[in-house]
Amino acid sequence: MIRFSHVFKTYPNGAPALKDVSFHIPKGQFVFLTGHSGAGKSTVLSLLYADQRPNNGDVKVSGFSVGALTPREVPRLRRRLGIVFQDFRLLENRTAEENVAFALEVTDARRETIPNRVMRVLTRVGLASKAPAYPRELSGGEQQRVAIARALVNDPPILLADEPTGNLDERATKGVFQLLREINAGGTVVVMATHDLDMVREASYRTIELKGGSIVFDSAVDEAPSAAP
Amino acid sequence: MRLQIREVLRSFRRTPLLSALSIAAIGFSLFTIGLFGLVAINFQQALTGLAERVEVVGFVLRGTPTESITLASQDIAAFPEVLDVNFVTEEQALTRAQRELVEFREAYRDLAVNPLPASLEIRLKPNFRDVKHAQQVAERLRGFPFVEDVRYGRDWVERLDRLRNMAGVVGLVIGFAFAVVAIVIIGVTIRITVLQRAKEISIMRLVGATNGFIRGPFLLEGATKGILGGLFSIALCWISFILFRSRLGAGISGLVFFTELQVMAFLFFGVLMGLGGSLVSVGRHLRNV
Repeated sequence: MIRFSHVFKTYPNGAPALKDVSFHIPKGQFVFLTGHSGAGKSTVLSLLYADQRPNNGDVKVSGFSVGALTPREVPRLRRRLGIVFQDFRLLENRTAEENVAFALEVTDARRETIPNRVMRVLTRVGLASKAPAYPRELSGGEQQRVAIARALVNDPPILLADEPTGNLDERATKGVFQLLREINAGGTVVVMATHDLDMVREASYRTIELKGGSIVFDSAVDEAPSAAP
Repeated sequence: MRLQIREVLRSFRRTPLLSALSIAAIGFSLFTIGLFGLVAINFQQALTGLAERVEVVGFVLRGTPTESITLASQDIAAFPEVLDVNFVTEEQALTRAQRELVEFREAYRDLAVNPLPASLEIRLKPNFRDVKHAQQVAERLRGFPFVEDVRYGRDWVERLDRLRNMAGVVGLVIGFAFAVVAIVIIGVTIRITVLQRAKEISIMRLVGATNGFIRGPFLLEGATKGILGGLFSIALCWISFILFRSRLGAGISGLVFFTELQVMAFLFFGVLMGLGGSLVSVGRHLRNV
């Protein structure tokens, strides 16, 4: 589903962002990307949704090779991804319902199917009753749920979450994390960048830790021998 | 398409002041072009009026038989440059002189012999009213044995030619400069809209909207602003025209406003500029994000 092969990425100022990063994420997996600020977590995610291209190496996502994507192929890749950010990135002048519908409208979904699909996904994230509310009328946790609903409305096989609980209190964090687990249980790959180590420890999902642009720990590799029967 | 129209309406509704300002900016920049255009077409009109007076006059030797003159007139009328030929007899010349030259009226009345020669007055077709063609026709006219002298007001026609050429060049340069300024203003106003909606554009891109789809509402908005700005500028031009005519232009007869076709062309130009400005602004933004 996702494969990084010897990926190098350099910032425009010449500083290295990623150094020889390789990993493989198969279908259905939940993966934490951890590390301090500037370790390269967001760069990994931005390579996954083709906001940046690798300087060296290959990034494969859902059958697309990110380094070789033409401008026309970028939207096609992104329609196969759901993306969630720490700052929610909702449109303030649209209701929860309209924010979610927006993702369908701009991707040429059939108009008559949009209201049903929007309500279904808002129900799934537990916000059906808040459909007509504007973002300013919602709590942080609720806004993030709307963002997740928008990410899910196209039924993507992969969900990328960049610090989705970074702006939330403990209760909201638990709620959003629980929602991401349920989404993963439905078969969607979830790649979540976080530095909430308590959450990582509790969940026992695969963890890839980055430091200075390199992978310093990957539970799938480093713990594999001891995990084997 | 329905979504694109809805997005444009939403944008107008959400930022009415910015929309009104950008329409006004487009309107005023088109207004400068419009005013210049009005001056240009009226100047052109005045020049055309002057050019109509360009004529070649051949003075006929006294005693030339009328048949020769009639035959020659037919020949001359067949010249490609010639619009029409008018034969003025000696008597007609005298009558005209008595009528038009009031100060000599007495002198002409006491004459025993008419001193004025008969003449062939030749008017040229619109495209041939310049020195070169007037000279060609004059040369050919001199070839007729009964033509004593030929006049076409060489200095005057040369001056008219120079004025026309200068007006053309100055008009082109100033018109082009105004158009560039208008395009820049429109580009900047659309760019402000684009920047204001940068977040929306980034979200569109994240959820997989194509660049073509993202451009759509902006192009439509640019075209709408272009046409509204165009209408606004036409209204301003009309008001200026009426004011000028009523206050200052009383002495200037024959002032003209744009024809319907010119108004349509002007609006079309507004739409083109709106589209061009949007295309450049959105294109640059999409390349940079």
